[in-house]
Amino acid sequence: MMAEDTISAVITALGQGAVGIVRISGPNALAVSGKLFRAASGKNLADYSSHTMVYGHIYDLQDNSLVDEVLAVYMDAPHSYTAEDVVEIQCHGSMQALRKILSLTYAAGAKPAERGEFTKRAFLNGRIDLTQAEAVMDIISSRSEASLKLAARQQNGELAGVLHNLRRQLLDIVVCLEAAIDYPEEDIEEITFGEVKKKILEVGANISDLLNNAHTGRILRDGLRTAIIGRPNVGKSSLLNALLKEERAIVSEYAGTTRDVIEEQLLIDGVPLVLSDTAGIRKSDDYVEQLGVKKTLELLKDTELVICVVDGNEDLIAEDEEIFKTAATRPYVIIVNKSDLNVAATFDILKQRFGSNKVIALSAKTGVGMDELFDWLKSYVYGDKGTLSSGIYVQNARHEELLRQALQSLTDAGQAVSDGMPYDCIIIDVRRAINLLGEITGDTIPDEIINEIFSRFCIGK
Amino acid sequence: MGRITEVFDVIVIGAGHAGIEAALAAARLGGRTLLATLSLDNVALMPCNPSIGGPAKGHLVREIDALGGQMGIIADRACLQMRLLNTGKGYAVHALRAQEDKRWYHTLMKEIIENQESLALKQLMIDRLLVRNGEVVGVEAETGEIYEASCVILATGTYLRSRIVYGSVNYSCGPNGLRSAEKLSYSLLDNGLELMRFKTGTPARIDALSIDYGKMEVQYGDDVVRNFSFISDITEREQIPCWLTYTNENTHKIIRDNLHLSGMFNGMVEGVGPRYCPSIESKVVRFADKERNQLFIEPEGTHTREMYVQGMSSSLPADVQLKFMKTIPGLEHCQMMRAGYAIDYDCLDPLQLNLSLEHKEIKGLFSAGQSNGTSGYEEAAAQGLIAGINAMRKIKGLDPFVLRRDEAYIGVLIDDLVTKGTDEPYRMMTSRSEYRLLLRNDNADLRLTEKGRVIGLVDDNRYNIFKEKRTTFERALAQLKKINIGPRDENNSKLRAMGTAPLRNGNNLFELLRRQEVTYSKLQEAFSLPGLSEQVAEQVEIYAKYEGYINKQREEVERILRIENKKLPSDIEYLAIKELSSEAAEKLAKIKPSSLGQASRISGVTPADISVLMIVLEMKHQKGS
Repeated sequence: MMAEDTISAVITALGQGAVGIVRISGPNALAVSGKLFRAASGKNLADYSSHTMVYGHIYDLQDNSLVDEVLAVYMDAPHSYTAEDVVEIQCHGSMQALRKILSLTYAAGAKPAERGEFTKRAFLNGRIDLTQAEAVMDIISSRSEASLKLAARQQNGELAGVLHNLRRQLLDIVVCLEAAIDYPEEDIEEITFGEVKKKILEVGANISDLLNNAHTGRILRDGLRTAIIGRPNVGKSSLLNALLKEERAIVSEYAGTTRDVIEEQLLIDGVPLVLSDTAGIRKSDDYVEQLGVKKTLELLKDTELVICVVDGNEDLIAEDEEIFKTAATRPYVIIVNKSDLNVAATFDILKQRFGSNKVIALSAKTGVGMDELFDWLKSYVYGDKGTLSSGIYVQNARHEELLRQALQSLTDAGQAVSDGMPYDCIIIDVRRAINLLGEITGDTIPDEIINEIFSRFCIGK
Repeated sequence: MGRITEVFDVIVIGAGHAGIEAALAAARLGGRTLLATLSLDNVALMPCNPSIGGPAKGHLVREIDALGGQMGIIADRACLQMRLLNTGKGYAVHALRAQEDKRWYHTLMKEIIENQESLALKQLMIDRLLVRNGEVVGVEAETGEIYEASCVILATGTYLRSRIVYGSVNYSCGPNGLRSAEKLSYSLLDNGLELMRFKTGTPARIDALSIDYGKMEVQYGDDVVRNFSFISDITEREQIPCWLTYTNENTHKIIRDNLHLSGMFNGMVEGVGPRYCPSIESKVVRFADKERNQLFIEPEGTHTREMYVQGMSSSLPADVQLKFMKTIPGLEHCQMMRAGYAIDYDCLDPLQLNLSLEHKEIKGLFSAGQSNGTSGYEEAAAQGLIAGINAMRKIKGLDPFVLRRDEAYIGVLIDDLVTKGTDEPYRMMTSRSEYRLLLRNDNADLRLTEKGRVIGLVDDNRYNIFKEKRTTFERALAQLKKINIGPRDENNSKLRAMGTAPLRNGNNLFELLRRQEVTYSKLQEAFSLPGLSEQVAEQVEIYAKYEGYINKQREEVERILRIENKKLPSDIEYLAIKELSSEAAEKLAKIKPSSLGQASRISGVTPADISVLMIVLEMKHQKGS
């Protein structure tokens, strides 16, 4: 059959239910899931019989960190929805957990499924019966009336325009190189390696911007989930309150009184922050404290950004170090609190260790230095530009993945130019980037467009 | 109807580059073959440029040779000069290009044909194609003789109703004063074939002794002697130079002032000409701001004073051609021996053909070369070879031999022609191939010789040479991977001496060879490796340096093969599938693609149409099971 690739997608409504499901389908479904899922029993998913729910955990391949507690089920071909080997992972329903697990499946070799692709495969594998074929064809033929290109324009005209333009620029490079190859003795001005590289880098930079904007766009849409962590009584709640400019959490002189996770939303220059204050992370015999610590760890898996607070008026201790370690699993910023007191020594040490762009001294109590934190957050969200320049950003996760691949191809092409590789090699990567951009805009090799069009039909899902 | 004179298996009409390969292949595969030509004195004629090869074209010659064709061997022998082009642009686009002695080429080729067993070469004007019940049965000559055969291969070049035009001169004629085939076109039309009208042209020839070479740049061949053919053993070759000069504003002014007299511009030429090979008047009009155009002066042979003026194709009147040539440095006193001309001619719309080059409706009718709307000797020869092979396979009841796009330029050429058709004379270019890194000039034998062996055109001599090369190559590769060298001073000083970075950890020689600056010969010297022929050493280097890229392309091929291999049965009634767009349904019904892959390359067939076809196939499958 056609379906040689292993694909994955979230098949439940994103971020809504208490439980979410990631489906992996294709010949490598088990291999892909094997790279992220570990059964609590220590066995492999493949060791269980088909259609058995297995309890276990998802780990991040890169740093071996725990991502979520899940149930996984393997369904062998053809006894699955798509009639292929399928692994489904049931995890917590939060958007962050689902996104993270999905991205881990990509990293493990799955390709992003297009909308409707599971159903398409189900049909082509003979899983869905003939009576539905007519309906499928009607959908396809009505889709063919308006070309994908047109659809792309209507949906996201500006983005399509930008991508067309980038693709055009790459085509220009290829055309120049091809002309020189096929007409070596003609008196045509040859494009220099320097020019090729410059153009490749320019287009690459543009794609990079789009990808950064995609990140920005996602934050604008969903909020930037931020956790404030630190050992007890360093001023986490004061910081939260300073951010909120109103009292929500209990602020106590005694360590360990913030027992619950508090979540607040606030807007800084149009950036929605979803802020959590947590119980201090420390080993504690106290039952209530333990709950708080556990919740902290759990919360971090849904967190994109970590604000790590230390008491600048005290020396750093072992517990602070543990907190730094935890913070380092995410993008983070270190707040040296209580700058109304003497924090210079701690501030200097931390700047030296983590870099001055990662460490901010402020006083949550007086509010001095808060602007610096706001600026840091803005630049985190918007990048160097400090604002969302064009208003164009990629919303579709699949498009984002394609752009990432295109950028990779251009990076390869740029590297090939630097390595002194000849035209025939350089062109391969540039052509690939052209095809990848074409997959988004609809100007592309047919095989990919087929799938794009199929993505629109959703029967049986 | 005339009398039946002789019965053959295969009849080939035309003894140009397509016809020759077709006839030789058919005869060598055991078919009693007739090769009919309008003039025995012009077999294997090069009516235009005196050269063979170049980007993609040189690749085609190598592929023809690897499969057991003739062109490369003769081109090596009749060669006046050979160069390897594109050496700075990567192995995939390296291309051999030879200047040829036209008469010598003709003589050598005719000798091969005359001495080929089971092949009859005859001077005949074929007037009619004889078809009975949708099957070819033979041909009829103007003299009334009938030749019977179960397969007929059209290789009519530019001779079908051809007309020569320059200035006010306009007459029915083939190239170089040869007869044109006036009646055959009508016979083809009567049998329901669709014809197109194409145009091409050739420049003037001038007297070698009237040229002032001091004013032109000389262009020699390469010092290294190379050959197209994998079995040629020519190691020495006198290299006769070509000459480079340029037009100027005066040239362009004369051309502009006389445009109204050009057959191309005054409406006398009906045919569609190629964009890539424009007449000088087209260049001057379309690229008005270009101050000069280059031209090469190329010898037509060693026993003639005729020189070919490459880049100056024209249909202006002869006196204007001479006048503008005299404005060019080195040609001030040139004597024109033949004027350039435009020629238009009938050819088949190649969409009527299958990938085997057989006509879809008329069984046993094949077509190859310029009669399929291509241009170029190499494109013609490649198609001729495939048509000859497939005619014999049909007779023997075997499946047609079809090369895929990832296997050969020949595959790209034929797939493009029969799938997309062409609205100008089609020329092969490397950029037409999606898998250029796999289809290299250097590995044509590794790609195709085994196939040629299976077909039956690769004889023991060629096969033994090939096997030895392959074995040497594989052995060299294995040895390089086996020899590990450590980061010892002794080794590192050797590496420094060859201009590459010293090692920090141990590595094998194959890994070292990946470095741009490391060559096999450098390694050979430093580490006492066995000597290799230039071809094998190059092959090993390419394998090391290009492996990553080659693998990328292989993966791409794997992916595409999934839809490429999905066969479309010939009984699909496309017009009855209402979900197909009407344009797609019509084209699919006409072209009858053999696979989903081929269907997807038809212009006007959208991805949605392909999806519909996938579902139709699945429905057929479900109903069937």
